[in-house]
Amino acid sequence: MKRAILILSMTLTWTAITGSVSALNLLLGLAVSALSLWLVREQVAAAGSNVRPLPFLLLCGLFFKELALSAIKVAFLVVQPRMRLKPGIFAYSLTVTRDFEITLLANLITLTPGTLSVDVSADRRILYVHALDCADPAALRHDIAHGFERRIREAFPL
Amino acid sequence: MGRESLAVESFAMESLASEPLGMGLAVVVAVLLVLGSLFSLLAAVGLLRFPDLYTRMHAASKAGSVGSGLLLIAAGLHALDGAILLRALAGFFFILLTAPISAHLLAKAAHHAGQRLHPISVTDQMPRERVGPKD
Repeated sequence: MKRAILILSMTLTWTAITGSVSALNLLLGLAVSALSLWLVREQVAAAGSNVRPLPFLLLCGLFFKELALSAIKVAFLVVQPRMRLKPGIFAYSLTVTRDFEITLLANLITLTPGTLSVDVSADRRILYVHALDCADPAALRHDIAHGFERRIREAFPL
Repeated sequence: MGRESLAVESFAMESLASEPLGMGLAVVVAVLLVLGSLFSLLAAVGLLRFPDLYTRMHAASKAGSVGSGLLLIAAGLHALDGAILLRALAGFFFILLTAPISAHLLAKAAHHAGQRLHPISVTDQMPRERVGPKD
């Protein structure tokens, strides 16, 4: 079942990239998806994570909302005659542990208002985040922990 | 609503009367194009105006990706072709996937190379690594 969904979404991506929705191309996409999944079958089995659809959609919704807000915020900052910036880098203790979760969180942080992930510590427990307004790191930490990080944990249960 | 805007509207209605869907779609595409260009422009201005590399990455990664994404979606809608729209959406998706990574790598590389934050910065909790070859 999980495999089927994976192959279907990969086929959709294939048709999107090749830009043709003919039956033949769909078949070719199916074949390519199945073949590539077969090639990495061991890694896929090892990764084996569940996705809960509804929380995942909520995460996507939250992401697009934050992305729009973020672009607008940067746009407003840029056009102000005197930019009021208090930039800085703060450390954020991660509660998510798996690599793809950290990657996802780092990418989401970069695309949301005023924050940009700079680096992950070698032991993968601390994420260093640059913020345009770093006057109150505690509030920023609270926002990340109760926004994206919680939603990621809900969407990808262990 | 002023007289001018009414005139503009009636002109547009006449020229697109043959296509019932065309008018609404044209407006949506136009709005997306203008917004996309605006965000791209502001991203470029941000690159010039922000004080240091780290703050500049904010402008490049956010306003830049939203700007190009809106332009891509506008192009996809304008084509009125599912395959082209799907390809445009795929392009947007890959921008969202790659823009944060490039911003993150640039900021990380700058920090490793010893690039200081601009003096107006309030804090830097990230440890500085010793510059030079590792053991």
